Amino acid sequence: MSDMGLPASVGAIRRVREDPHRLGHRAHGAGEDMEGTGHGTSGPATKRIIVGYGFWIFLLSDIVMFSCFFAAFAVQRGATAGGPSIGQIVDIRRVGFETAALLLSSYTCMLSFAATNRRNLLWTQVFLFVTGLLGLIFVLLELQEFIELAGKGITPQRSGMLTSFFGLVGLHGLHVTLGGVWLATMMAQVQIKGFRREIVHRLICFNLFWHALDIVWIGIFTIVYLIGSGA
Amino acid sequence: MSDIKSDPHRPALHRREDHAPGDEPLEDSGHWIYNANLGLGFSIVLTAAAFFLAGSHIIYGPSIPVALIVLAVAQMGVHLVFFLHITTGPDNTNNVLALAFGVLVVFLIGAGSIWIMDHLNQNMMPMDQMMQMQR
Repeated sequence: MSDMGLPASVGAIRRVREDPHRLGHRAHGAGEDMEGTGHGTSGPATKRIIVGYGFWIFLLSDIVMFSCFFAAFAVQRGATAGGPSIGQIVDIRRVGFETAALLLSSYTCMLSFAATNRRNLLWTQVFLFVTGLLGLIFVLLELQEFIELAGKGITPQRSGMLTSFFGLVGLHGLHVTLGGVWLATMMAQVQIKGFRREIVHRLICFNLFWHALDIVWIGIFTIVYLIGSGA
Repeated sequence: MSDIKSDPHRPALHRREDHAPGDEPLEDSGHWIYNANLGLGFSIVLTAAAFFLAGSHIIYGPSIPVALIVLAVAQMGVHLVFFLHITTGPDNTNNVLALAFGVLVVFLIGAGSIWIMDHLNQNMMPMDQMMQMQR
């Protein structure tokens, strides 16, 4: 009886307790396959790991799409056709506020997931709401920027640089907007259905999505705004 | 199969722990908050440094874009580790491999586009000469 392997989830509980930061130092030697990961003889990976992996693949494909828009901007950077250059249309203060809003929303999103892990409905909802609010601030600031530029006649059809600029920044804004719709849906689902397993899996995916948006924004504010404002 | 005693969220202390296949453990929230705080701290420092460097003359001008890109890559790393929880652990092997492939594709698209388009641009005939030929 003693040499009988424990079920995968028991090993996973132990692993989380012994290695809370998931640094992944697994013991070496025979029969030491990490339980619940789908390696070796440890049985199939848990659904949570598989769901996270699948969504991670989607996120990477999304990032590859963004990289095409980044490449277009990098190539079109100097193609102003006599119009304004990137340095002339950047308002660095507004970009700072946008960055702060998105970074803080990433933080509160993660706090909401910590509350989810504790199965605390109130704090999950509170932090999800704050996340959505910060995301809304971000989208409104970006909208304000686009409207101001359009008011000065700076529109996507003005030059190749502006086409790629509005394409890249607008695509990211669209992602944040759709993420906000998803967030509202998740709040409703958590409220009505509670912390069922599939709801928690959806919350994991939403978290990954929201953090990935922040990663893309790092690329945008560095390559488009900061380097652009200097040149 | 799943009576109340085999609830994975309330592990039995004295009896043999028993679960249905695929059950997942209830995780603690402590290390998530700790990671979030660390990630936020690093991110604020790196972002502030990037915005500060972009508007200052502390370092040699032409090197500013390189410094900004280094800061951005560092911050993406911070996000991956502390927010997205990409680790070297065995439950993350596939995620890391997928990430490596994604980075390769992103690099090929970015660097390849810039390289090819710059090359074409330099080899293109100046516009006035092209107009001459079309006459």
